[in-house]
Amino acid sequence: MTTLLRDLVNGIWKENPVFRLVLGMCSTLAITTQAKNAIGMGLAVTFVLVCSNVLISAMRSVIPDKVRLACFIVIVATFVTIVDLVMAGFFFELHKAMGIFIPLIVVNCIILGRAEAFASKNPILNSFLDGIGMGIGYTLAILIVGCIRELLGSGSVFGISVFGPRYIPFLLAVLPPGAFIALGLLLGFMNKVNKKLAM
Amino acid sequence: MLKIILMIISTVLVNNFVLAKFLGICPFLGVSRKTETAVGMGMSVVFVVTLATAMTWLVQTLVLNRFDIQYMQTIVFILVIAGLVQFVEMVLQKTSPGLHQALGIYLPLITTNCVVLGVAVLAVQNEYTFVESLIYSVGASVGFALALVLFAGLRERLALAEIPESLEGTAIALVTTGLLALAFMGFAGLVK
Repeated sequence: MTTLLRDLVNGIWKENPVFRLVLGMCSTLAITTQAKNAIGMGLAVTFVLVCSNVLISAMRSVIPDKVRLACFIVIVATFVTIVDLVMAGFFFELHKAMGIFIPLIVVNCIILGRAEAFASKNPILNSFLDGIGMGIGYTLAILIVGCIRELLGSGSVFGISVFGPRYIPFLLAVLPPGAFIALGLLLGFMNKVNKKLAM
Repeated sequence: MLKIILMIISTVLVNNFVLAKFLGICPFLGVSRKTETAVGMGMSVVFVVTLATAMTWLVQTLVLNRFDIQYMQTIVFILVIAGLVQFVEMVLQKTSPGLHQALGIYLPLITTNCVVLGVAVLAVQNEYTFVESLIYSVGASVGFALALVLFAGLRERLALAEIPESLEGTAIALVTTGLLALAFMGFAGLVK
């Protein structure tokens, strides 16, 4: 029971995919101009992560070792295609805002990384929880980045005005350089918090 | 001719794949510690992206469009890319061991480089012709290589600088990339 809980919590803080492992940077930087997009991307990645983790874990004794990466990629690509089609059908606006980054979930290093490092070695239930934990960790991380950038760049969070109509937007935050700088400073801040906690 | 030049300027400088479109950040942060490795990686990416885009364009027009199975795009493209990378590695090993030694270690990493899949998908999405796709892919990958080599140079300098302890490593690398991206925004007026 304790190991199950540990697998779940692991991805949220200790091995947070964005802040600790520094994986999946492309989508983290690209779609975090608005908090809403961050939630959408987080849910999409979590779905793919959980499904592929479970399926890969279930098939781990069948997949030959030599072609395992190709097998993983096909499994991940299948779920990404499902997400792509479902989002295009039901959440058209969000799908349009995220654009190219939905098919690119296939090459998101978090998913392949978890498949290789965890799901291919652990039982189904553990892999399921690992997927959920990593997914939550990823979603939280990009939501934080998304909120900060939206707050500074347009003075609102989830489209709701925070600073009032007289706020002059800090445009850099929503432009590409702002993404790099915001995430870099946030990583530094997380490092500092982590060091404080370790002491 | 003018169109070709504009397209190259646009993909290399104005809409740089790393600094403006956020594609290929993982290898960008991963292999930029030394200028030497950055040049090797950059060359491999130019090579693979151009080949892969040509292949995927043909697959899209000859197979996916003809049989009306465009929804298979993601799966088919990633398989084509993975196969291509393996194939290139084997051919290089047989024909030019020197080049293989120089590029060998970077090739497996390229399969999961989002620039490759990104360029392939974008070329189809923008409905480019075959020649346009080729130019687009060369421009995109040269842009990636340029950003990578520039950043590696910055990072070599950075290694000697005094940095606050908690910002060391990836954090300061990201902030530096931000400044580089800011500099590249200066090209914004070049192409409409």
